[in-house]
Amino acid sequence: MAEYRKPLPRAEDYPLTEPFWEATKRHELVIPRCKRCNLYFWYPRQECPNCYQRDQWEWTPVSGRAHLHTFTVVRQPQNPAFADDVPYAYAIVQLEEGVRMISNVVGCAIPDDLKVDMPLMATFDDVTPECTLVKFKPA
Amino acid sequence: MSIRGAAAIVGYHEIPTRRNYPGRSNWSMLAEAANGAIRDAGLRKDQIDGLLCQEGFNSLTVAEYMQLSPKYTQSMTLHGATATGAVSAGAAAIAAGYADYILCVMGGTRDPEAGGQQPGGFRNPQQMSAQPRGGGGPASRGTEWESPYGPVVAANGGYGLIKQRHMYEFGTTQEQFAKCSVDQRFNALLDPNAAFSGQPITIEDVLNSRFTNDPLHLLECVMPCAGAGAWIMTSAERARALPNKPVYVLGAGGPATSHDTIFMERNVTTSPVALSAPVALRMSGYNARDMQFAEFYDCYTILVMMCLEDAGICPKGEIGPFYASTDTTYKGGFPINTNGGQISGGQPVGGGGGGIKQVIEAARQIMGRAGPRQIAKNDLCLVNG
Ligand SMILES: [Zn+2]
Repeated sequence: MAEYRKPLPRAEDYPLTEPFWEATKRHELVIPRCKRCNLYFWYPRQECPNCYQRDQWEWTPVSGRAHLHTFTVVRQPQNPAFADDVPYAYAIVQLEEGVRMISNVVGCAIPDDLKVDMPLMATFDDVTPECTLVKFKPA
Repeated sequence: MSIRGAAAIVGYHEIPTRRNYPGRSNWSMLAEAANGAIRDAGLRKDQIDGLLCQEGFNSLTVAEYMQLSPKYTQSMTLHGATATGAVSAGAAAIAAGYADYILCVMGGTRDPEAGGQQPGGFRNPQQMSAQPRGGGGPASRGTEWESPYGPVVAANGGYGLIKQRHMYEFGTTQEQFAKCSVDQRFNALLDPNAAFSGQPITIEDVLNSRFTNDPLHLLECVMPCAGAGAWIMTSAERARALPNKPVYVLGAGGPATSHDTIFMERNVTTSPVALSAPVALRMSGYNARDMQFAEFYDCYTILVMMCLEDAGICPKGEIGPFYASTDTTYKGGFPINTNGGQISGGQPVGGGGGGIKQVIEAARQIMGRAGPRQIAKNDLCLVNG
């Protein structure tokens, strides 16, 4: 298999986010949730962005159920390492817990099968032995 | 405290926007624009005591290069809002007495050999971002939460995401977006400063242009260019002693923000103009519908159109039908981006420099110096960055 040339998170450089990438390796999606507000938030920060309590949140497993908030079809990636993948879907996905994240929609025809607000489910792409990305497929 | 009418733009200079100026440095472009604006205002260089610069250009360096000693200076780090942000900050600084004659200067070249800047591109395909992430601090842009998923080149991705959702929520059509491009191109035809001067396009041309990233067409996007512009701001009292008709700042609001990268915006089809425009309009004593024309930052059609809605030029979600039923050329009922804006004028040096096209064209029209593009009702303009 060809060497994976695309950007990878380097969780070892950023301990705060390491549990996220450890979970995706187990094919689990975890999201920060504040113990005081009970709110999920994205992206991870040292403190809850709602109440500013530091280190009072925990990585919380979520269902992976989501909707396609909006998308664009990439034909010219910023990073040439993605050139062979076009066209692909670069999307804002809204988890049922309310947070929105960037991901790719896979497992369907691009662009014909894509519809704003369509239901999605998380799927896990083991891009290297050390890293698994969370992507989404039609539910 | 209102600063209504306290400050005015009293001179400007625009270096024509072109694909490139080989051999010219950023600094040389800025010096040429500054010199032109100072002369146009009827001032001497030694009278300039304020300096506002753009994102990515430290104003201390600019001042040193131009041998200026401003008693008030800063660089605006506001992406596309940099130029209008300088008008807002400059008017307040004049009113506060920080400076008497403020030079705002922005733009540059794209020639990397001459110290210019080239947009985009990763040298190392696995490079993530120089920005701290996660535990290192805030940073949503270009991080591990975006880069592994293959972002679109330039800023196209975010605006494709916004446009897709706008079409879904409000039924805005591709033809309505194309009308925005076509009207602006008509306006650029007679502007010698515009990169696409003299090159007309039709609705079909826009719809048949390739998708940079669906649903965005190439002819709805800016072309990165080289160019520069400068303007001078002073107090209303000093302005009356100078040769040009003063362009008074009757109201200003912002810069406002709600996110840096688009996935952190709670409502992707509403811009921070919804926060800033009411402040500017309330200060001015006018309603949005009193405005006679508009110069609105336009890296992409969707941005102009969404911001016009958020400013109250039409009800939210109705900008598509507005464009379909309104001639927005300089000959029309509500002129918008009367020099072609940036989509047809070219975008000088990324977002920071691009807004000069809007600020200078507003001043030019109000002064009555727009030549064959001059609009008749030219007293009240709403400008957005
Ligand atoms: Zn909290």
